[in-house]
Amino acid sequence: MTALLQVRGLHARYGNTRVLHGIDLDVAEGRVTALLGANGAGKTTTLRALCQFMAQTSGSIQLAGQELVGRSTEQIARLGVGHVPDGRGTFMGLSTEENLRLGAYSRGSREGMAQDMERIYGYFPRLRERASQQAGTLSGGEQQMLAIGRALMGRPRLLLLDEPSFGLAPLVVKDIFSIMRRINQEEKVSILLVEQNARLALELADTAYLLETGRVVLSGPSDDMKRNDAVRRAYLGE
Amino acid sequence: MNEFLHQLLAGLATGGIYASVALALVMIYQATHHINFAQGEMAMFSTFIAWMFIQAGLPYWLAFAATVVVSFVLAAGIEFVVIRPMHRAPELSVVVVFIGLLVIFHSLAGWIFGYTIKPFPSPFPADAWFASPLMSAHEVGAIVVALLMVAMLFAFFRFTPLGLAMRAAAQNPASSRLVGIRVGRMLMLGWGLAGAIGAVAGMMVAPVVFLDPHMMTGVLLYAFAGALIGGIDNPVGAVLGGFLVGVLENLMGTYVVGTELKLSVALALIVGVLIVKPSGLLGKKIVTRV
Repeated sequence: MTALLQVRGLHARYGNTRVLHGIDLDVAEGRVTALLGANGAGKTTTLRALCQFMAQTSGSIQLAGQELVGRSTEQIARLGVGHVPDGRGTFMGLSTEENLRLGAYSRGSREGMAQDMERIYGYFPRLRERASQQAGTLSGGEQQMLAIGRALMGRPRLLLLDEPSFGLAPLVVKDIFSIMRRINQEEKVSILLVEQNARLALELADTAYLLETGRVVLSGPSDDMKRNDAVRRAYLGE
Repeated sequence: MNEFLHQLLAGLATGGIYASVALALVMIYQATHHINFAQGEMAMFSTFIAWMFIQAGLPYWLAFAATVVVSFVLAAGIEFVVIRPMHRAPELSVVVVFIGLLVIFHSLAGWIFGYTIKPFPSPFPADAWFASPLMSAHEVGAIVVALLMVAMLFAFFRFTPLGLAMRAAAQNPASSRLVGIRVGRMLMLGWGLAGAIGAVAGMMVAPVVFLDPHMMTGVLLYAFAGALIGGIDNPVGAVLGGFLVGVLENLMGTYVVGTELKLSVALALIVGVLIVKPSGLLGKKIVTRV
């Protein structure tokens, strides 16, 4: 199994505050990898570092053999990394449809955009109903769907999802996670998922990494992680 | 009655100029949330460039096109050299930089081209078929040019991917970068467009007020009033506001306060709008659900 993304010795900081202290991480092609950990463990920073976004980084990040460290965030988007950011990153004043169209910007071509949009409306029929509505008026769940849809419009090879369950009702979360499974299979996109809700994440992911204060303390197949005593006590509440 | 109609239409014509400058102000405000106080002086400088081209023997419309291009490049260059390094600076520093630019362009124009008032040609011949006793050919032409410009900009922002990307970059720079938009480039483009719009406004107003370094000082105030009335973040509102201010200024000047106090009408409007309805008539309140 080849790794689409290979991270080695990744350090990251905001100004003088060091957040990541040398992380090694692999995301296998076509699979779902989860990044677990408590608040402040460095999960969001890891995703930002992968996009060279906001955090200063050193180390090595290889996407299909291409080094990402030192590139601009915009370039990385063009290389096929779709980032569903913390806080969803909705363009509040634009319509739902315009938000989706912006997602295709990184491809630099409008060819096939209508079909892509149809496919995304297929996953999220609610977005079709809201197509012409100002995106700021969408509910939290709808904005999360929109953020995922926007990232998919760029036809990414790697999808980074930052806490898609955050602040959403359990039923909506269940819905979004089952759609993400479909997306992973049908779009052949590899996913790196950051979640505080470990149970949910381990359900979806093939492999998981556990982050504590900026270091990977445990990793392995999701099934092993689910059986691990430390994980069960601290993150699954058993 | 005829006199009233005449004043009304003349107001619309100057309103077209205000509308154009207001549009340039809105362009930069939308992208950066700054009011470019140097917008008027930049437009005046552009008009001098056009004058230079015409003096050099270029046909009017060629000089017009060349001026638009040069102004675009010049304004984009200013963004890159002067404004971009300021992007983390506090609001007040940026305002001071804008005032500095205003003074620089004003003095530069005086130094290079002199303070003597120069006539500037109109591209619309006085005996054109659309001239009438009520409205001169230039007045009709200036309105048409302003409306054309608005229509083109509207189409650009509404229907092209680049226009959409510019709106996105103005609203949410962080998200824009994540979808691959080069935000800095979009700001530069916004400045360039504003510079080009200002140049057109300058070339349209110069035949009426004549060309000199003071040409745009009053115009900028009226345009500012127009932009505020319409809503500083709304291009359509700014254009409507510009026309409205043009008409109001003319009617008030003729019938109420007299020409000397006309400019205070603009100031009263600015203060009034800021007190009563800061978002303007068509200003958009962005609705957010959390």
